[in-house]
Amino acid sequence: MRVAGYGRVDRARKLRFRFDGRSYAGFAGDTLASALLANDVRLVARSFKYHRPRGVMTAGSEEPNALVEIGRGAAKLPNVRATVQELYDGLYAESQNRWPSLAVDMLAVNALAAPFLGAGFYYKTFMWPPSFWEKVYEPAIRRAAGLGRFSREADPARQEKAFVSCDVLVIGAGPAGLMAAQVAAAAGADVLLVDEGTAPGGRLLAEDEAVGGKAGHRWAASLAEGLAALPNVRILTRTAVTGAYDGGTYGALERVAEHVAERGDAPGVCFWRIDARVAVLATGALERPIAFPGNDRPGVMMASAIRSYLHRWGVVGGRRVALYTANDAARRTARDLAASGVEVAAVIDPRAEAPPLVGVDAPLLAGGRIVATSGRLGLTGLTVKTGSQTHRIAADVLALSGGWNPSVHLACHMGGRPVWDEALGAFRAPEPGAPGAVPGLLPAGAAAGIWDTSGCLASGRAAGAAALERIGRAATEMDLPEAESEPGSQTVVFQTPGRGRAWLDFQNDVTVKDVQLSAREGFASVEHMKRYTTQGMAPDQGKNSNVGALAVLADVTGRTIPETGTTTFRPPYVPLPLGAIGAGAEGKGFAPERFTTSHAASRARGTPMIEAGLWYRPSFFPAPGETTWREACDREVTMVRGAVGVADVSTLGKIEFHGPDTGALLDLVYTSRMSTLKPGRVRYGIMLREDGHVMDDGTTARLADDHWVMTTTTAAAGQVMAHLDMVQQCHAPRLRTRFTSTTDGWAQFSIAGPKAATLLDALLDGGHDAAAVPFMACGAVQVAGVAARLFRISFSGEHAYEIAVPARYGASLWRLLVAYAEGLGGGPYGMEALNVLRIEKGFPTHAELHGRTTAYDLGLQRMLSPKKDFIGKAGASRVGLLDPGRERLVGLRPVAAQGRLLAGAHLFAPGARPVRTEDQGYITSACYSPTLGHDIALGFAVAGPDRLGERLKMVDHLRKCTTEVEICDPVFLDPDGERARA
Amino acid sequence: MRIDCPVCGPRDLREFTPKGAACYATRPEGEEWSEAWHEHLHLRENPAGRSEELWYHGAGCSAWLIVERDTRTHEIFSVRRADGGAA
Amino acid sequence: MPDLVADTPSERGATKVDAASLSVLAYTPMHLLAPFPGGSEAMAAALTEAYGVRLPAPGESLSADGAELRWAGRDQALLLGPDAPAPALHTHGAVTDVSDVYLRLMLTGPSEAADILARLVPIDLRPLRFASGATAKTLLGHISAQVTARADGVEIMVMRSFWQSAFHEIETAMTRVAGRAALPPD
Repeated sequence: MRVAGYGRVDRARKLRFRFDGRSYAGFAGDTLASALLANDVRLVARSFKYHRPRGVMTAGSEEPNALVEIGRGAAKLPNVRATVQELYDGLYAESQNRWPSLAVDMLAVNALAAPFLGAGFYYKTFMWPPSFWEKVYEPAIRRAAGLGRFSREADPARQEKAFVSCDVLVIGAGPAGLMAAQVAAAAGADVLLVDEGTAPGGRLLAEDEAVGGKAGHRWAASLAEGLAALPNVRILTRTAVTGAYDGGTYGALERVAEHVAERGDAPGVCFWRIDARVAVLATGALERPIAFPGNDRPGVMMASAIRSYLHRWGVVGGRRVALYTANDAARRTARDLAASGVEVAAVIDPRAEAPPLVGVDAPLLAGGRIVATSGRLGLTGLTVKTGSQTHRIAADVLALSGGWNPSVHLACHMGGRPVWDEALGAFRAPEPGAPGAVPGLLPAGAAAGIWDTSGCLASGRAAGAAALERIGRAATEMDLPEAESEPGSQTVVFQTPGRGRAWLDFQNDVTVKDVQLSAREGFASVEHMKRYTTQGMAPDQGKNSNVGALAVLADVTGRTIPETGTTTFRPPYVPLPLGAIGAGAEGKGFAPERFTTSHAASRARGTPMIEAGLWYRPSFFPAPGETTWREACDREVTMVRGAVGVADVSTLGKIEFHGPDTGALLDLVYTSRMSTLKPGRVRYGIMLREDGHVMDDGTTARLADDHWVMTTTTAAAGQVMAHLDMVQQCHAPRLRTRFTSTTDGWAQFSIAGPKAATLLDALLDGGHDAAAVPFMACGAVQVAGVAARLFRISFSGEHAYEIAVPARYGASLWRLLVAYAEGLGGGPYGMEALNVLRIEKGFPTHAELHGRTTAYDLGLQRMLSPKKDFIGKAGASRVGLLDPGRERLVGLRPVAAQGRLLAGAHLFAPGARPVRTEDQGYITSACYSPTLGHDIALGFAVAGPDRLGERLKMVDHLRKCTTEVEICDPVFLDPDGERARA
Repeated sequence: MRIDCPVCGPRDLREFTPKGAACYATRPEGEEWSEAWHEHLHLRENPAGRSEELWYHGAGCSAWLIVERDTRTHEIFSVRRADGGAA
Repeated sequence: MPDLVADTPSERGATKVDAASLSVLAYTPMHLLAPFPGGSEAMAAALTEAYGVRLPAPGESLSADGAELRWAGRDQALLLGPDAPAPALHTHGAVTDVSDVYLRLMLTGPSEAADILARLVPIDLRPLRFASGATAKTLLGHISAQVTARADGVEIMVMRSFWQSAFHEIETAMTRVAGRAALPPD
């Protein structure tokens, strides 16, 4: 219900929303949780395992119970905490984990079976018979498993990722964080202040207390307003820091537009990667529940949350509130409720010597403990024992406070362990410099175990100054505002005894009994207990319950809490949608696209594109009447062999070298001697990795005495560039040569076929004389006045050239080439034909240079120069790499003309079983050769070149194909290379 | 993780690629297979603690870097250019 | 006689979202200057002689009459403007024509540009930290890019084959940033 005169929601702006099909109204400024409580909706969820009725328990991101689905259809988002979801007009929410409805949940029968469903139930029950696992147990468990449901449709929401750098990151904008930010900002540091909530203030937003002579929330707002106006301060609200990583890197999740009905182009959430020189951990603390029988009914809430709902939203979740705490400060819940006119049923204080109640007209049950609660779908009453007396108290809300846990999660994300402070009754962040402590993360305020506002302000000021010192700046004097300074006394209470199930982890349904059972069954280490009981493994990651469970485990094993230890804290602090981490990678963002200059023209012809690394290359150029790729491919191959074809080969890597020592560097990189290459000539080369295996191949042209251009394969261009950089910088830093990639600067086209020279004669300024440009020559030419480079090289075995023009002329030249080629009975050819042409000639590509093959395997041993050193020389000389019995490159042809050859298939002796131990090799490239009229293939066979003419059996287990093959030379066509030299 | 490139300044990890132990930067003598080559290619210290690694600032200045860091804490002690050059 | 026509991606209409606009800059001759080991001083002297500028330090770009010198990676710089760099430069290092290797995009609005590129570039481009004239080689999403601060925004230089992807990525970021700005105030 709403409490008149309380809360800061905008009562003039009414918002309608739906929950489980019913329509409700709330106000601007509400969260879904506050609006539900205002509408007296107490039952909001069913628990994970036993499907127990559950209600809102907290007012923050730590909420274990009130998880809902927001939105409909593809946009539906499961496991949203109703305590974080801000209300907007038209919000659509549904509860989870129930069927058919919250009030009548069939799976609540699990609760009846609870005696059998205790810790380790799965491990014990689903063991036998083993054959039941896949068919019976797993499907049944899967149906019952999981919280919330995915829509299974593509998420239409657009998310975002972003980077931000700062000097000082302040995590949390409560009193400590605000002071730290103010101190850092006053010294001129670049400050980033980040807070999970909708506005700065932290607990000040939820308490009735004054700071600096005004209401705490007003003090926070005006301070934040002042900070926001400074040029060196940025404030991110609705932003939870999710993780601390190496080198001052933090992750944070910002809820950008999840609070509005119409997002427009705004992202739903943004995942920030923060780079901070130093950070202040002002994350506050989380109140601990108390474990006692029946402590999970809707209506049982954290005492601090009840104050939040009262002061921020003017809401109380019931009519009669009881308070259960051994903590003086938590009594302000009773004080504030009484002041607002809400009836306080009783204050139950487990301390026998509990101080008297002041200013609250309600019974105090000192030394009391709650032994039972009642109410099927919501709390109706409590049974309390004081000594031998039993009291029955009617109450529909119970406020709990078992003390506070500083939020030290982030401080432990690099493996550090929190330290138990017996006096404080809580874990502190690891000491600075302790193993795993996050360097440069300074705890302040409640996160440092300081409970009173005045202390928090002072702690924040000190942390701000310490942060400044770390970055070499001096803090200026700054007065502290006046604030409450009485932390009150408290006795740590984790559990109170009683019969019946007392819940620790509300989200995963772990009880005190489960933890005790775990210890009894030998899982007494905290890490074992966690996995045995699933304690802390739900979406809230045990924020409310881990310390309590640890205390129970310590108690049952007779150890202290420090002896018992803690589990590991891992990011993210709050659930982080995968869509946020992967933001920007959807659709075209998955990988950049690289386009050649002929791309648009190829697409205009209806050409299917094939990906080669990031590049898009034409697969084939369909002609009218053709219905399959094979028809087009066969035609294009025949066209090149018979007339002339043109293809875009710009994607091959091009690296230009200048300098007198270029030859020396190339000699080190290539296996053969390059330095002897004459200007105007081109040479083929292979380069090895230092382990003696082939890295890449390609041609290098010497354009002028000190100007060279190397080509790499398309796929290996980046790798070769990095390799060259390393060779130069690590192995040859004094050589006078420099190089750079010019791949994108030149549009390069192959012109191949018997009529290639004819085409060039028409194209080039001044015509073309093939006799003057012999095979493997290169030189400068002009096309329509544009300076171009001509290389007489051939990847098809035909009389062929590659011509390169500055990329801005590429599209234009391509149109010309296609027109000229078509005029000569030729045309463009794509990757499919290019592949067939090179297989017919036995030229290797990365199908063959796959990283495990050597020059010897490829039949290129003669290219390893004995007269000079080169990268990979020693490695390649290992005897094992020169064993004639290695799998070596061969050609393969089917014995029967119609026999199919398939890349990826393996080779076996004709009579052998086609199993791994009988393997004789494998096929790397295969195609139908329209020139020869049958399939051909390249592959690697054991001692292959020594077995020419021998027959083997090709078996493809995947495509169910067996073909008898004959080993042959890898060069199927024109073995002497007469066509290319013509 | 952030690496303080001696050329570019501190940069996000994503701009760098690791190659492995820093010994790759120094080739052993000799063109024939030898014990030294065997050690260079195959035998690695795997220290829990300080180690020297070779990193490539491929998405930055293209410098190869020798990075001295702690494999347990990821703390970086020094970064220098493999070619011996100054910033 | 055949005729070759140069492509003009710069004629693609600029995208404008709120105060920011993205366009492709027109063709400009560009040469990469890479002094040989030990050749930096001599090349710097040749540069001063020819254009009145020195070799830029890392992260720096320098302007002169009709030429801009921009740091461009380990011991190298870009010379923008002249069609044919002074012959003396060739003596001391590699001079490579890269006019067609890169395309340059211009994102105007200095603070808007920093905000938009914060979605894609892992370095701080706010004018406070990356003042006009500053340059850096880094990433734009997955694309290698060189960013240079201008008085009116940030210039992004990418390899030519990537320019459509780069344009698309920046355009998307512009839309998201504008979408945020259009959200109702609290």
